[in-house]
Amino acid sequence: MTQKLIIIGAGMATGRALEQLIEADPNAYDVTLFNAEPRGNYNRIMLSPVLSGEKTYEEIVTHSAEWYEENGVTCRFGERVANVDRARKVVIAENGDELPYDKLMFGTGSNPFIIPMPGHDLEGVIAYRDLEDTELMMSMNETNKVVVIGGGLLGLEAAAGMAARGVDVTVVHIMGHLMERQLDEAAGYLLRKALVDKGITVRCQANSKQILGENGKVRALQLDDGTELPCDLLVMAVGIRPNVKLAQDIGLAVGKGIHVDDQMLTSDADILAVGECVEHDGAIFGLVAPLYDQAKVAAKTLLDEPATFVQREISTKLKVTGCDLFSAGDFAEGEDREDIVFRDPARGVYRRLVLQSNKVIGAVMYGDTADSNWFFGLIKDATDVSDMRDTLIFGPAYQGGTPMDPLAAVAALPDDAEICGCNGISKGQIIAAINGGADTLDAVKATSKAGSSCGSCVGLVTQVLGLTLGDEFKMPEKETICKCSDLSHDDVRKLIIAKELKSIPHVMQDLDWKSPGGCHVCRPALNYYLVCAWPGEEVDDGKSRFINERVHANIQKDGTYSVVPRMLGGITTPKELRAIADVADKFKVPTVKVTGGQRIDLLGVKKEDLPAIWYDLGEAGMMSGQAYAKGLRTVKTCVGTDHCRFGTQDSTGLGIKIESEMWGAWSPHKFKLAVTGCPRNCAEATCKDLGIVCVDSGYQILVGGAAGLDLLEAQLLITVPTEEEAIEVSCAFYQLYREGAQYLHRPYKWIAKVGLDWVKEQVADDLENRAALAERFRYSQKFYQVDPWAERARKGVDSHEFTPLADFTKVAAE
Amino acid sequence: MTDFIDIGSVTDIPVQGARIVRTAHGDIAVFHTASGHFYAVDEYLEGKAGPLSNGIQHGEKVTDPMRNWVFDLATGEAQGADEGCVGTYEMKVEDGRLLLSSAAIAGQVAAE
Repeated sequence: MTQKLIIIGAGMATGRALEQLIEADPNAYDVTLFNAEPRGNYNRIMLSPVLSGEKTYEEIVTHSAEWYEENGVTCRFGERVANVDRARKVVIAENGDELPYDKLMFGTGSNPFIIPMPGHDLEGVIAYRDLEDTELMMSMNETNKVVVIGGGLLGLEAAAGMAARGVDVTVVHIMGHLMERQLDEAAGYLLRKALVDKGITVRCQANSKQILGENGKVRALQLDDGTELPCDLLVMAVGIRPNVKLAQDIGLAVGKGIHVDDQMLTSDADILAVGECVEHDGAIFGLVAPLYDQAKVAAKTLLDEPATFVQREISTKLKVTGCDLFSAGDFAEGEDREDIVFRDPARGVYRRLVLQSNKVIGAVMYGDTADSNWFFGLIKDATDVSDMRDTLIFGPAYQGGTPMDPLAAVAALPDDAEICGCNGISKGQIIAAINGGADTLDAVKATSKAGSSCGSCVGLVTQVLGLTLGDEFKMPEKETICKCSDLSHDDVRKLIIAKELKSIPHVMQDLDWKSPGGCHVCRPALNYYLVCAWPGEEVDDGKSRFINERVHANIQKDGTYSVVPRMLGGITTPKELRAIADVADKFKVPTVKVTGGQRIDLLGVKKEDLPAIWYDLGEAGMMSGQAYAKGLRTVKTCVGTDHCRFGTQDSTGLGIKIESEMWGAWSPHKFKLAVTGCPRNCAEATCKDLGIVCVDSGYQILVGGAAGLDLLEAQLLITVPTEEEAIEVSCAFYQLYREGAQYLHRPYKWIAKVGLDWVKEQVADDLENRAALAERFRYSQKFYQVDPWAERARKGVDSHEFTPLADFTKVAAE
Repeated sequence: MTDFIDIGSVTDIPVQGARIVRTAHGDIAVFHTASGHFYAVDEYLEGKAGPLSNGIQHGEKVTDPMRNWVFDLATGEAQGADEGCVGTYEMKVEDGRLLLSSAAIAGQVAAE
């Protein structure tokens, strides 16, 4: 006798199970299909192409009314199941009908997760789940603004679909990069770039606070920093929850989803469950491939045939036209794992393979996913790849081929890209010189002038030689920035400017970084190069700074910090001293010390106390002394003509003017100055990075001194007659050093490389260049002369740095 | 079955940032890596490294701010020539909340 099967939910999993069942034995069951949506099964994952207009709803219907009729399926669409009486084995419909069953199958799917923030119940706040949601989004046009919360697969498909219709779309994502569960940072960066090119605004690390409404309808999304994003529709695509309500109500075993075994049976042997509503071996499922596997197993179980559901590796592709990305397997880093990374900046291609024990266990690809199936096969089959490791990353077509060209970044530069900034020589001019017979570095220097001045472009000039001459030219060994790159510091700096690179992931992608996220050596260097190259643009990444610069205090060996307020020119007041004494008392500062830079150091301050100390010091008018910075430190002075009988000029006043102009600047390394009123040199100006010695006729400016690991006397750069010129030359020299020196090189090391004569030419002889350097410095200072202590003590910047996440010290130990 | 305690929201720690959880047995550093993973490890390796929450993160590793030792956040092992291992603790993310094993708060390092 035919048994009765009732299915709750007409979705992709139950649809496939039904197909399999009917194909195997059309007479085994008399089937009744309930569905809360007033329609049958359609291909839910194809809603995105419907939204973008690439498909119609009719094209994504998988089972038509005719199909159900032909196969004898009784459809109860638009009807919910109210209850199930397991003892009597009957399903009770919403209208009270009781339907007996022999087997029952749950396919109740999932519910979109709605963040319960204020305003979530306003009209115009929707999820992205069914045809109704899709139709609402399709009703938007060029005159509308839409905010999508969630930068995962679904949210981005919704955003791209609406953007294709001309809608002004903003994606708000809580994490640092898009699709963080499927993509690493580099691929997330490329994806973001592609979406921005489509006109979508992307805001990562953005925390939604509340939804604002007007007359019960959504008006804007407010972020926790106060920003308001106006919108006519707000789509929440932040995740799904298995829909377990009915299963739970009738007493089935439920965790995150409805518990099923390998045969898709629930805790009741006559009830099966498939799809997004189930939990199998701790996992829940949102992608279609495992759902189809489950459907196949469920159909066999219904026919009493043996079958076992096994979780497999899953791969992801984004259905957004023009954004080819693929991810599969596990791509977290680990001690026993290795990465192979391939980047082709010109084509926007990124590939990363994660290897463990000579097997590929994860893959992320962006831009060119043509070989994704081959890589996915290697992951699924756990193929040993030791024999093809060298060329693995190039895909199946290149097995046995040659490794990629390390000169790619320079090769990609256009001919008019400037290589030698000192002499204004382009790549094309260098190539012309080489083709004209200059086949060595010296010959290129002599004929084109490229690389003949400060020398920092020599690395790039050498690469152009290598590219132009091919095998005839032997590349010299060079010092690279770190093991993550084949480029030198100088190369990287010049390419950042030539290619207008403005973020660390951007630099790493475009300059072929060999590690996925850099290391503690290259990250701070890159951050400085970006900060220096692009003042006024938001390029500074605190996470790439050493702890002292991140929390604006010096870490001490016991994990406490030291606090040094700025005292311009070493001058203080009774008010400032009282404030310092008061905070020392209030915060029980164990050590108060006078520093060599003529200011006061409060040592042994707890990290949590820093913002409060800064607040109190700020009340007394003091700001950060940046005693922790690779940047401007102090201007030490003597008392000069104000009090000293030997003084020739107002050295204190000049010191204060210079420090007022220069504080807040970042540089490759720390930068210390002194101004002394006469050649007796009480302010010790002759061993500073820049020292000014006042004489009767004016000001001697000395540079490149050192009194640390190396001891060096500063050398005379120029003597100028007026204070104004002394300040101008100081700023110009600092800027020349900021723009040219390698990260962590003090000025004396940089001068040893470029030569004092070249520095003199730039700053002392060429007045136009001096003025331009000083102007660039002042422009940069507009953005960096911000007291970081005030921002943290008063505006709550980076508050997470100073407070523990949680405190369980009061919890009694067992 | 491991018990977990809610220690905060995923948004409380910025990407590539870290914060500490204070316990009666010492501080635990909780890291949020660029790949979106969260890890809990001891803040200090007594006499050798720490406070690790102050280090620079790269990939699933952190560099100690004091001596530049590099630790794998998943295993707690020092990398390269340095030898040592910080305790690691089980944690997970559910509904945007960070959950740390209660054993961690009781001072028990995760089993190998």
